Amino acid sequence: MEDEKVDGKTRQEESRFLGLYARPSRGLQVLLALLPFVMLICVYLIASEVRFRQNPADKVVPTIGKMAGAVELMAFTEDKRTGKYLLWEDTLASVKRLALGIGSAAALALFVGLNMGLFPGLRSLSLAFVTFISIVPPLAVLPILFIVFGVEETAKVVLIFIGTFPSITRGVYLATLKIPTEQIPKALTLGASQLSVVYRIVLPQIMPCLIDSTRLSLGSAWLFLIAAEAIASTDGLGYRIYLVRRYLSMDIILPYVIWITFLGFVFDRLLQTWISMRYSWYLVSKE
Amino acid sequence: MDEKKALRALRDRSLLYLEDVHKCYGPKIILEDIDLAVRKGELCTVVGPSGCGKSTLLRLILGQEQVTSGALLIGGKPVDTPNTDRGIVYQRYSLFPHLTVLRNVMLGLDLSSSFLTRLRKKDQFRGEAMDFLEQVRLGDHVHKYPHELSGGMQQRVAIAQALIMKPRILLMDEPFGALDPGTREHMQIFLLEMWEKFKMTVFFVTHDLEEAVFLGTRILVLSQYYSDGEAKDGNNRHGARIVADYPLAFEATSTSVKKTADFGSLIQAIRRNGFDPEYLQYVTEFDLRHPDSFQTLDDIDAG
Repeated sequence: MEDEKVDGKTRQEESRFLGLYARPSRGLQVLLALLPFVMLICVYLIASEVRFRQNPADKVVPTIGKMAGAVELMAFTEDKRTGKYLLWEDTLASVKRLALGIGSAAALALFVGLNMGLFPGLRSLSLAFVTFISIVPPLAVLPILFIVFGVEETAKVVLIFIGTFPSITRGVYLATLKIPTEQIPKALTLGASQLSVVYRIVLPQIMPCLIDSTRLSLGSAWLFLIAAEAIASTDGLGYRIYLVRRYLSMDIILPYVIWITFLGFVFDRLLQTWISMRYSWYLVSKE
Repeated sequence: MDEKKALRALRDRSLLYLEDVHKCYGPKIILEDIDLAVRKGELCTVVGPSGCGKSTLLRLILGQEQVTSGALLIGGKPVDTPNTDRGIVYQRYSLFPHLTVLRNVMLGLDLSSSFLTRLRKKDQFRGEAMDFLEQVRLGDHVHKYPHELSGGMQQRVAIAQALIMKPRILLMDEPFGALDPGTREHMQIFLLEMWEKFKMTVFFVTHDLEEAVFLGTRILVLSQYYSDGEAKDGNNRHGARIVADYPLAFEATSTSVKKTADFGSLIQAIRRNGFDPEYLQYVTEFDLRHPDSFQTLDDIDAG
């Protein structure tokens, strides 16, 4: 129905959607935002219905009903072999790895980025090295990690760490550089020591930026997590997807993908909310 | 000999004392042979053409940068890195954006005491900060963040933040430069009030001549437009010197003095002495009328 509006001949109608100066109303904005989702779902529903009519045993485009059955099985039924609920077990294992990996990356990145930004000597020492590390493709070193740390948890956490540490460090470093240089002599005239300049003046101002950089690195953290789980693991969301792929179980894979997407969305939102609740001044300075 | 004795006496009674101060960045000379003595309680304003090195001079006094040669003393002691002897108010960025107004003003007390003292005296610090905020008439805004305040209010907080440390000298680097004209005049009156109330010594850098003459008890004109007998072309310029130094007698209680004839003619004189690239005085002919002003011309032929 949007198409009909766009086809309208008057300029006023056109300017609601098309053109550089278009001003979609609030309602239209929401409608437009929903449109691609609705279309995707419609296309899927039609495709799955068509496939189902041709072959009720089709596995590639399972119907919603089949997927619901799979979710029921994975999330709300005890696994016969282990007596556990697989989806929740997988989620717990994956989120733990993710949190450990990106959490340790963020903690170290804060420390390194902050000192790199403030102290010219430490900058000379570490900037080239961090840049070098950031160019190494993390997935290429995964075999090394498996050899060094074994196929247990450590290698997966370290992969996430290596994959996200350089970019978070860079974010923190740039944020530190952006702090007006006047603040340092200013703090000194207020009786600050060098250490308190770092940890009481600069660090609190960097915190929201650290959270923001971490948030942006979450996407790649998921990538490394799923890659590591796919290759060597006994549980986790990525492991499950790659396991059931052997049986063409799209009815399990699709809900898992949606679930992972949902988790990513929730984490992103949580971090955003944290920033806006705790660091309202940061959002204003960013504008 | 007498001259040396007189100089030592001047040094001893001055709060701020500079002798033969040079500042270079590489081969580029910014400040050349600055001699200056400022006594306690003075509100000393500094003007000069843009790029002449006013802010550099201020950063030297602050201790943020070091002199290339010469002596820079505060209270008889050479200036080290920035410390609580000096307070600073910038045009912007004086306040810490992540702290509320109250926290910003308390910060000096917090930073300069140990962790335990801080815990023990928390209420006392808070009370003291509230006191200062009342004095700058911001008692109703203490829990706001700096970005929620207008430019003038932010500068008032910045002044309170610096004053709470009771610095021996308050340095101000174009503090009202970013404010609109109306607010600016209010802030000028406000600064004079504070100056009287707290008996402050202020070193005030501005590019606004009218502001400098209105506020100051003494005005320094810093300029690179003068002649010392050496030919200089555009790239190879002199460092700036103090080319004029006047005591100001205006009873600055109302902004109406800005309209008087004396006020205007003084501004004209300053504009000619310091701001006209065509009008070059010889170094021995500078208009240094303030009783504390002096010149050590070692390398210049005084004849």
